[in-house]
Amino acid sequence: MALAGHAVESEHEATSTGLPNTKLAMWLFLASDCLLFGALISSYVLYRGASVTGPYPGEVFDIPYTSVSSFVLLASSLTMVLALAAVQRGELGRARVWLLATALLGMTFVGGQVYEFTTFYREGLSLSTNLFGTTFYVLTGFHGTHVAIGILMLLTLVAMSFVGMVTQRNSMAVELVGLYWHFVDIVWIVIFTVVYLIPTGT
Amino acid sequence: MREQAAPTRPAARGRTVRHPSPKEYIRIAVVLGAITAMEVAIYYLDLPRGILIPFLFLLSALKFALVVLWYMHLKFDSRMYARLFMIGIAGAMTLYIVVLLTFRAFAG
Repeated sequence: MALAGHAVESEHEATSTGLPNTKLAMWLFLASDCLLFGALISSYVLYRGASVTGPYPGEVFDIPYTSVSSFVLLASSLTMVLALAAVQRGELGRARVWLLATALLGMTFVGGQVYEFTTFYREGLSLSTNLFGTTFYVLTGFHGTHVAIGILMLLTLVAMSFVGMVTQRNSMAVELVGLYWHFVDIVWIVIFTVVYLIPTGT
Repeated sequence: MREQAAPTRPAARGRTVRHPSPKEYIRIAVVLGAITAMEVAIYYLDLPRGILIPFLFLLSALKFALVVLWYMHLKFDSRMYARLFMIGIAGAMTLYIVVLLTFRAFAG
């Protein structure tokens, strides 16, 4: 793919690495979060098909519904990068619109997850029903919490933009929240495949 | 009495990197959407597990790579970030694959 992009100059204080410490710290945090989600995904895989009572995954999952949720989260990643591109070009008004769109898509995803959890609960699957319930709710619940925290960060960015704390020359905050948001998206990419699409055989 | 000068902050440094254009971001989003649609379509095909699972993992890895390289800018930013992130991913994968193998999670 051709690189017809835009040059981005980020300003930061001099550091020993030559890179902004805040961005380095965010990547370090994301690397550590891989271990958290790795543990939760592994637990799910370990106990996959080990439940002795139902409901089982095949009985409760609604793949078309979850697919729509996945599309919503992917779309939110697009609006997030468009927000970053807009703020880096100095188009603050447009950046606010994209940030709000990202938050709205995030809320739609979380709302969908709450609906899914409620439906599963009504169908008899609680946190303590079986191993599937325990590992599923903990894994997807942690992910949903990450999305909810991301929404709060996005709304904070919008508020910050109104008081001059987010500008073209000071776009690092948007970039950091963007990194977090995309990380949440890539975790969902893995969860969608491992939890929903791969059949358990039960 | 002479006023003591406030400690000066280190000079700001500028680093210019090239990020993709909004059109490229949209193109990536279309590809991501198409791969997701393909994943869902494959789910409904009655494929043997031996083919279905590797294929789903391949598509998932492709989406993962597209987001990390283009949206998280690892393709364009300093390699230091990529190294840090890879340490996390490689560490997590090694640790948990060993755990899963220890508990015979893949047996049968």
